[in-house]
Amino acid sequence: MQLLTVNKLSKSFGGLVAINNFNLRVESGDLVGLIGPNGAGKTTVFNLLTGLYQPTTGSITFDGRDLKGKHPHQITRMGMARTFQNIRLFGNLSVLDNVKIAYQAVVNYGLIPAFLRVPPFNRREEEIEKAALELLEIFGLKEHAYDRARNLPYGEQRCLEITRALATGPKLLLLDEPAAGMNPQETHELLSLIKWIREQFKLTIILIEHDMSLVMGLCERVLVLDYGSLIAEGTPQEIQQNPKVIEAYLGDEEVVAWEE
Amino acid sequence: MLKKYFPSILACLALAVLFTIVQVGISGGLLSGYWITNIYLMGINIILASSLNLINGFTGEFSLGHAGFMAVGAFTGAIVTANLGLPFPLAIIAGMLAAAIAGVIVGLPTLRLRGDYLAIATLGFGEIVRVVLMNIDYVGGASGMMGIPEVVNWPIIFISVVLSLLLIRNFIGSSHGRACLAVRENDLAAQMMGVNITYYKVLAFVIGAALAGLAGVLYAHYYSIIQPKEFSFMLTFDVLVMVMVGGLGSLTGSVVGAVLLTTASAFLQAIPELRMVLYALLLIVSAVFRPQGLLGEKEITLRTFERWGGVLYAALNRKQTE
Repeated sequence: MQLLTVNKLSKSFGGLVAINNFNLRVESGDLVGLIGPNGAGKTTVFNLLTGLYQPTTGSITFDGRDLKGKHPHQITRMGMARTFQNIRLFGNLSVLDNVKIAYQAVVNYGLIPAFLRVPPFNRREEEIEKAALELLEIFGLKEHAYDRARNLPYGEQRCLEITRALATGPKLLLLDEPAAGMNPQETHELLSLIKWIREQFKLTIILIEHDMSLVMGLCERVLVLDYGSLIAEGTPQEIQQNPKVIEAYLGDEEVVAWEE
Repeated sequence: MLKKYFPSILACLALAVLFTIVQVGISGGLLSGYWITNIYLMGINIILASSLNLINGFTGEFSLGHAGFMAVGAFTGAIVTANLGLPFPLAIIAGMLAAAIAGVIVGLPTLRLRGDYLAIATLGFGEIVRVVLMNIDYVGGASGMMGIPEVVNWPIIFISVVLSLLLIRNFIGSSHGRACLAVRENDLAAQMMGVNITYYKVLAFVIGAALAGLAGVLYAHYYSIIQPKEFSFMLTFDVLVMVMVGGLGSLTGSVVGAVLLTTASAFLQAIPELRMVLYALLLIVSAVFRPQGLLGEKEITLRTFERWGGVLYAALNRKQTE
């Protein structure tokens, strides 16, 4: 089943064309990598998909519905979740509250029960707390449930971002450079984690990443973006040998990483 | 079962004791009129501070329009009782409703503004309300309204304060309150978590404004005379100092701040010029030495007392064994 269809998507900021005629088809269960040099427009694609930006032209269809004019929170509730390149946790809130807030997209109650603490307030709150704690336990964060999110070590903050995104009950998960700032050991753990959550939560994943070992070890299909345009698409092996891609990366530090 | 309800029972008991002590003080003539006024004012200030904290501290929208919302509530309430001759409960409902509508009117267009810009826009709203009221003859123009029935007494103030605090506490402790906190912490991430940030920003404004309106109605029906000039920026500033000193994002902090500053201001009534100097000094001192306010984002709960009790107990024990 086709989960996501992006058709001739373009986005301009004033005179700058950030994304130019971008097409993407993602089947349910795919794991797609999106790579490209700095400033190629990878995060812009994510911002367009999640509704933070409205496209200048083109269309996005997610789960059979057109996303035109949809607000970010509506898109989240339709089953699309993301993490951020620079971590954006609710730093002053507890780890548990971070997950609870996300879980609201799945279970919530009205204002009157909230003000008066009448049913279904207690039942739903218990349900939210239980589900959030279970999720934290799966990701090994339960012991930190009552710590402030900003006091977590860096790797665990990244992990919490993924946990939080999963709490919204997504079908499609967008990971924006999940391995940024991680050492090889942590990156390796992340690789297994992504594989595992994909199986466990039956997810479709689109991944932006600079770490080639992660992209090559994980993705079945890779798209390469340069100056807002798609310059190549194919299996990791095909991409590695594509002269256009090598040219785009030439002089960039990633070339070194590729040879490894 | 008993353990579950123990905190609630204890809280009710404490409130009953507090209520009775003040009531006895008032009816028994132990408190002078001056202090009775200040106790009432304290109650009104607690409502103002905690509702401003909901907007500024919990939702992170820096609003300076609180005097405006209070004025809308005060004048609407006064019109209902003094001009239309309707009963006081209706004045409360009308005052809160009018202020809530003002909250929507201010909240919606200023949503795109952040930080300083929002502060300036809401400050402008407060001034607009004041100037408009001064130019409406129906509400007495600059001389304001007189002959508002003096129906506010200690039970009404007490119940209003308790209900307001309970309402805010319940809201913050709910999933909707968490959504407001998420907006404060990171509105981009909040959207990605499925939080409708427009809705929650306006909602915080509406609840905060409605409670400021309630404070306004109480104020009008205690003093019986209200003038537009009383609801100037200075009033917002007073409330803001209470919130900042108590701690942005702490409900009990707002109560502490309101009690502390109302008491201080009562002692300084004789030298009103110095009062504002003291306020400014207090804000500077608290910003330098304790920028997060007395309580920061923490709350005083039963557990706080337990902990203090535990520390005290341990200290006493140590002394005895030594």
